[in-house]
Amino acid sequence: MDTSTQLLVVTGLGKAYQTRNGDKGQRALRDVDFTAEPGELITVIGPSGAGKSTFLRCINRLIEPTDGTVTFCGQDITHLSRGQLRPVHRQIAMIFQNYNLVYRLTAIQNVLHGRLGYKNVLAGSLGLYTEEEKIHAFELLDEVGLGEFAYRRADQLSGGQKQRVGIARALMQEPKIMLCDEPIASLDPKSSRMVMEQLRRLSRSRGITCIVNLHQVDFALEFSDRIVGLRAGEKVFDGSPAECTPDVIRGIYEGDAEAMVDVAVGVEKNGQVATPVAAAMGEAR
Amino acid sequence: MSAGAAVVERPSVDLAWFRRKQLRALAVVVAAVLVFQGCSMICNFSLAYAITSIPAAFVWMFQNFIPTAESFQYFSIIIEQTVSTALDSVAATVIAAVVGIVLAVLGSSSIGVEFAPVRAVIRAVASVFRNIPMIAWALLLLLSFKQNEFTGFLALFLTTFGQLTRFFLDTFDEIPGGPIEALRATGASYWQIVFQAGIPLAVADLMSWMLYMVETNIRSATLIGLLTGTGIGFVFNLYYTSFRYDTAGLVIIVTIVFVLVIEAVSNKARRSMI
Amino acid sequence: MESVRLTEGAAATVERDVLGKIRLTSSSNRNVSVQVTLVVLVALTVVTFLRMGYGTVDLVQATRQALADFWAMMAQPALDPPYGAGHFTWETVLESAVITLAITAITTVISGIVSFFLALAASENLSSPAVSNVVKGVVAIIRSIPTILWVLVFTVAIGLGSEAAVLGISFHSIAYLTKSYSESFEEIDAGVIEALRASGASFWQVVFQAIVPATITKIISWTFIRLEINFTNAVAVGAFAGAGGIGFQLYQAGSRYYNLHEVGVIVYVCLVAAFVLEFVSVRLRRRYILND
Repeated sequence: MDTSTQLLVVTGLGKAYQTRNGDKGQRALRDVDFTAEPGELITVIGPSGAGKSTFLRCINRLIEPTDGTVTFCGQDITHLSRGQLRPVHRQIAMIFQNYNLVYRLTAIQNVLHGRLGYKNVLAGSLGLYTEEEKIHAFELLDEVGLGEFAYRRADQLSGGQKQRVGIARALMQEPKIMLCDEPIASLDPKSSRMVMEQLRRLSRSRGITCIVNLHQVDFALEFSDRIVGLRAGEKVFDGSPAECTPDVIRGIYEGDAEAMVDVAVGVEKNGQVATPVAAAMGEAR
Repeated sequence: MSAGAAVVERPSVDLAWFRRKQLRALAVVVAAVLVFQGCSMICNFSLAYAITSIPAAFVWMFQNFIPTAESFQYFSIIIEQTVSTALDSVAATVIAAVVGIVLAVLGSSSIGVEFAPVRAVIRAVASVFRNIPMIAWALLLLLSFKQNEFTGFLALFLTTFGQLTRFFLDTFDEIPGGPIEALRATGASYWQIVFQAGIPLAVADLMSWMLYMVETNIRSATLIGLLTGTGIGFVFNLYYTSFRYDTAGLVIIVTIVFVLVIEAVSNKARRSMI
Repeated sequence: MESVRLTEGAAATVERDVLGKIRLTSSSNRNVSVQVTLVVLVALTVVTFLRMGYGTVDLVQATRQALADFWAMMAQPALDPPYGAGHFTWETVLESAVITLAITAITTVISGIVSFFLALAASENLSSPAVSNVVKGVVAIIRSIPTILWVLVFTVAIGLGSEAAVLGISFHSIAYLTKSYSESFEEIDAGVIEALRASGASFWQVVFQAIVPATITKIISWTFIRLEINFTNAVAVGAFAGAGGIGFQLYQAGSRYYNLHEVGVIVYVCLVAAFVLEFVSVRLRRRYILND
C-alpha cells in the first residue's frame, strides 16, 4: 500500500540501548513493522520488559529509535529536528500510567497544557490562553465528567480523575493519534473500565487512533479493534481480538509465569470483568 | 577495613552476622577515638580543659552579659544595626536567587540544556563560588569597595549565590520527570516546559531554600560585618572589645529574638506553601 | 453566552475576573503564599538598597578594581615573587590547613556524640513532652546565636586557643545536629518502638536495636553535611579564635599583607580541602545508603 495516504506507518523499528562503554547493548525493540488507520483502537500487549513502552515512545520520538522509520501522515518523522517535531508532537497526544500532571496546577491549567504546542513561546510560558481555548478546555473537562473539578489542584484528584484530566489534556491537542502508555495500570477496576470506555468512545466518535499499551489481557480482548503482541522486543502477533486465542496469548507471554495466571483468569471470564488478579498485576508493575 | 569486608561477604549464619556487625561498630568507635586523638595533638586541643572550662565560661557569661539599665541607651543603635543585617541577608538572598535560578534551570539534569559541557560548567562555577571562604570574598572586596555596608552585601551575595545555586540545582534535579515528558509530548517548547512544569513543580522547595538562606545569612552577615564594620558583628565587636559586656549581651539577646522571629515567620510561610 | 455548551454544574464552576475573562484558578481557594512571600522579599530588597550605605567610593571604578583583584586571586595565585611576596611558605600554608581540618574533625565528633543524646531527649516519641520542649527551646536559642559570636565569647571566657575555636563552633553544630537527628528519630514508625517496649525492652535497648538501625543512614548523612559546614566555619573563625589554621593565614594575607596572589593560593588550598570533604562525604553517604 502507498504509505503517503496512511496515518501511521512504522517499518523496521528498532531500539538498542547503549551500554556504558559505548557498544550496542540490549535491544529493547527489533524490526517492528506496524500500521494504524484512523479511528482504530489498537492495544499492545506483552510481558514486562517486552518493549511496549519503548515502542510507543519511539513513535513520537520521546525515545530516539536506532533503526527503522516512522511515517506520520505521509511525512517521514524519523529524522526531524526538535523544532520540526513540534507540529508533529501536537498531533500525537500521549497519556501515561502515572498521569504526569503538574500537581501544583489546577485541572484546567493542566488541560490547557495541551495547547502549548500551538502557542508562541512567550504566551505559552506565561500561561496566557485565549478565551476560546479556555472555553474549549472547560468543555473537554466537562466531557470527561470533571467540569466541576476544574479549579481543583491536580494533586487533590483521585487516580481515575487524574487520568481523565490527562485524557482531556490530550484531546486539547486535537490529535490524530493518542499514545496511551499503561493508562489503567495504576487504577482500580471501576476507574479502569471508565477510562477504557472513554478511549473507545473517542476513537469511534472523533476518529482518533488510540494505541494503548495494556497489561490486562481481558481489557485488551474486550475493547480493542486490533491487538499487537510484543515479546522480547519483537512483534509476535497482530490481529483482531477474535484471532487472539488463548494459545496465541500463551505464546506472547511464554516464560512469564506471573502473567500466565493473569492470562488464564482473564481469558476464562472472556474479559467481561476486570479480575482482581489483573488489577493487582497492574498495581505491582 | 573491616567495614568493607562485612559488606562483601554474604551473611550465612545469623550469629556470625551479628558478630560482624558488632565488630564493625567497634571499629567505627575505635577509628573515631584515634582520629580524635590525632587531631587533638595536631591542633593542641585539650578535651579535659575544654570540658572543665565550660561551666566557668557560662558563669562568666551570665555574670557579665546581663544587660544593665545603662546598656539600653544603645538599644536603638543595636536594633538599627540588627535590622540592617537582616535586610542585607534578605537582599543578598533575593539577588542571588535571581541569578541562581537561571543557572540552576540551565544546569539541571531534568530541564537543563541538552549540551552536557554547559551543565558541567554551571555546576563547577556554583561549586567554586560556594567553597571560596567568605573571609576571602570580604577581604577582596574591602580592598576596592572599602569599609561599608555595600561591601558586606556583596560578600554575602557572592557566597549565597554559590550555595543557593547548588540547592536549586538539587531541587530541579529531583523534580519528577513524568510531567516534563508529558509536556514535551504535547509539543511544548523548552521555555514553555520550564515555566509550565519545571518551576511549578519546584517552587515550594525553591522558596523553602530561599527562606533557609535568609536565616543562615543573618549568621554569616555577622561575621562579614565584623570585617566590613557594619551590622550585628560590628556593634558586638565594638562593645565587646571595649569591655562593655552588658551591652554586648544585649546585642546577643536582640540577635536571638530577631533570628527566632524570622525563623517562626519563615516556617509558617513554608508550611502554607506546600 | 459561550458557556451554553457546558453542563449546569460545570457552567456554575466557571469563574470570571473583573475583565470578564475566565479564570484558571479559583479566587476562593487558591494559594497565594508563594506570591505573597516573593512580594515581601522583593519589597524588603528594594528597601535595603534604598537605605544601604554605599560608602564614598566610585562604584564603577571599585567594580573594575574588584574584578582585577579577583583575577589576581584566581588566575595568578603565587607565594613567591614576582606575584607573591614570600610571606608564607607552602609548609606553613599546608600545616595550617591540617590544623583547620583537625579542628573540623574534633568539632564534628564532639557535636555528633553530644547531639545524639540531646536528640533522644528532644524527640517527642522517645522522651516526655516537657523534656522534649525544653531541649528544643534551648537548642533553638543556641542555634540562633551566630558561630562567630560563640567563638568571640569563648576567646575571652577561656582564653585564645583551639579550645575556644572548637567550643565556639561546636555549640552551633550541636544545635544543628540535635534538630536534624531528632527530626529523623521522630519519623520512625511508632509501632516499631511500641512493639519493642511491649516485649520488655529497656530504653537503651530500644535505642540501639530500633532507633539507631532505622536512622543510621540519616544520621551519617547529616553528620557529613555538618562536617562540610564545620570546615567552612573553622576557616571563617580562624582569624578570631587564636587557634591558627588556614583562616588565620587567609586573614593575614588579605588584611595585613594585602597580597591577593597569596590569598589566591590559600583560597585554592581551601577549595581543594572542601572538595575532598565533599567527595568523601558524598561517597560515604552513597555507600551507606546503598548498603542499607
